[in-house]
Amino acid sequence: MATRNQEALAAAEKASTYEWGFTSDVEQDFAPKGLSEDTVRYISAKKNEPEWMLDWRLKAFRHWLTLERPDWAKLNIPPIDYQDAYYYAEPKVKPTIGSLDEVDPEILKVYEKLGIPIAEQKVLAGVEGAPKVAVDAVFDSVSVATTFRKELEAAGVIFRSISEAIREFPDLVRPWLGKVVPMRDNYFATLNCAVFSDGTFVYVPKGVRCPMELSTYFRINAENTGQFERTLIIADDGAYVSYLEGCTAPMRDENQLHAAVVELVALDDAEIKYSTVQNWYPGDAEGKGGIYNFVTKRALCQGRNSKVSWTQVETGSAVTWKYPSCVLAGDNSVGEFYSVAVTNNYQQADTGTKMIHLGKNSRSTIVSKGISAGKSNNTYRGLVRVGPTAENVRNFTQCDSLLLSSDCGAHTVPYIEVKNPSAQIEHEATTSKISDDQMFYAMQRGLDSEQAVALIVNGFAKDVLQQLPMEFAVEAQKLLGVSLEGSVG
Amino acid sequence: MLKINNLHATVADKPILKGLTLTLNPGEIHAVMGPNGAGKSTLSYVLGGRPGYEVTDGTATLDGQDLLALAPHERAALGLFLGFQYPVEIPGVSNVQFLREALNAQRKARGEAALSAGDFLRVARTQAGAMGVDMDMLKRPVNVGFSGGEKKRNEMVQMGIIDPKLAILDETDSGLDIDALRVVGDGINRIMRKPDKAVLLITHYQRLLDYVKPDFVHVLADGRIVRSGGAELALELEREGYGALAA
Repeated sequence: MATRNQEALAAAEKASTYEWGFTSDVEQDFAPKGLSEDTVRYISAKKNEPEWMLDWRLKAFRHWLTLERPDWAKLNIPPIDYQDAYYYAEPKVKPTIGSLDEVDPEILKVYEKLGIPIAEQKVLAGVEGAPKVAVDAVFDSVSVATTFRKELEAAGVIFRSISEAIREFPDLVRPWLGKVVPMRDNYFATLNCAVFSDGTFVYVPKGVRCPMELSTYFRINAENTGQFERTLIIADDGAYVSYLEGCTAPMRDENQLHAAVVELVALDDAEIKYSTVQNWYPGDAEGKGGIYNFVTKRALCQGRNSKVSWTQVETGSAVTWKYPSCVLAGDNSVGEFYSVAVTNNYQQADTGTKMIHLGKNSRSTIVSKGISAGKSNNTYRGLVRVGPTAENVRNFTQCDSLLLSSDCGAHTVPYIEVKNPSAQIEHEATTSKISDDQMFYAMQRGLDSEQAVALIVNGFAKDVLQQLPMEFAVEAQKLLGVSLEGSVG
Repeated sequence: MLKINNLHATVADKPILKGLTLTLNPGEIHAVMGPNGAGKSTLSYVLGGRPGYEVTDGTATLDGQDLLALAPHERAALGLFLGFQYPVEIPGVSNVQFLREALNAQRKARGEAALSAGDFLRVARTQAGAMGVDMDMLKRPVNVGFSGGEKKRNEMVQMGIIDPKLAILDETDSGLDIDALRVVGDGINRIMRKPDKAVLLITHYQRLLDYVKPDFVHVLADGRIVRSGGAELALELEREGYGALAA
């Protein structure tokens, strides 16, 4: 064991000399295969983490060993061999980039397939003079391009990889890490605490409106490398920040495990808008391969009048297990959840939200649009809970399902727990099929069947899509059409 | 332009069209009238290519092309437009978005360049204005919350924007008050009364024909054309009723 550790430390030292990396065909530094305390120590060493962070990871790992995978979701998941995966991979070559011509053509090919506009590719690749969306690109596990840092810092906004933040801003990170999603929260969150590779840290100071949209692109590129992203965003009193997260992964045959944790903290009068487009590899038409996506996302609306808005477009992954939630602790706090989840072929999604009302006059809105095709299963699972001292709470939930085939499933599982009689809770739900009338009407006007489906589905999801920032909305609309290709015949 | 020969079609194995033959030449407007259940709507759906309407015999060609071998969107790209008796609602999709995507899909299929957003809006504004429809309605979701009359006007706006070669209008007059009837009638004349276009008007009543004067009137009964004549035939039917034809 000692030798292994020494090897790991030596590798870590070597790795720390690499400045920037951005290609899909480059050599990777791997942690030893499998999951053990050594793996945890290796990762922590790679990151040059302080002692308290390593201790925290080890505590989480030891606790994780005592846990069993939860099985309450409507998901059929084969057993996962945690010893048969790598838990850390770091790209090696780190070029300095002046234009897209200098970017590895392999990477550009991937971008093109995903339909990422040139301007955005430049941002993504960190080309100088690219437009103002700050991108913290996570390529495999390490943040390799952090842009606009200076402009953000002038505003006092800290936008870093979480590894950097742990080293540089321990006083900001430490009090909040694991505060919103505790280390022992659930199986996958605990696993993440032990082995998280990298992620994003954002701090927006008092009274500051973040001068640009912050964006992170997550991509998995190494075969058999689990991805354990960890994100922490803190909006101090009166601050505002909008954060975009897009995930796409190239085709892989092996199932890949992804267990991310996202924690948001909104203090008095603060607002956080968190938007996700998730397009991990969903597996092939026979249900082979695809990403297992177990995500714990939670926001603490701690301050008075604080607000957190989750918007997600979930089209990828073989399995999605994800419930972005809001703990509405502050009086007059507001939580929102807007979701479009698309499943096709053999995809399974069990997703929704939890709105935990603790503060007086707290309000929440839930709009969920589930679209199922092929032989897929799509479940909305949502909890609205009103605590005994939370007076005058309001919730509105709209939960719609659209079916595209006769072999798919749409399920709605709402939980409502109200312990205060002043609460007003509304729940509306519909299930519909794309009608033959709609299809024929659209086709008679000139659209082929796939264009017609894409159009009708985008109309169905409009209430959610319009919550996305403009540039994201266009990409998301395209994605819905692409995800459902071949779903009608 | 449109040549239908000995067309037989079934719906759920039930024969509806039983040997229908009809020819429309460029520049002509034909009215097809007939009692309920005669197969009028079936004729429009069969020509449009609606799934579930099965052709068991006969042919239908548009400018020599076999319509029956084509998918609905391919027929649309050839220039066939169907005015629906019951226009369909598409929630969340604005008229403008719907029509621009549809028109550009047709143009692409014909090898024409796509219309830019600006060019499309100019066309849309002109066509909407001509039908007395304001742009706000075009920005609303397709037919959602429209009154019966608004839906029919909207069909005509769509026809104006798409500018088809052949329009098959299925009871476009139903649900219209007398003022709307005039507007819709004027629209049909303005858009379609041209030497290189043709119209098949399917209707129960003579009243639309006061505004759109047909060159030919056909009576459809039990899946066949049983009588053809000029505009005066419609007046005779209005007077005598379809019952007299059975004799």
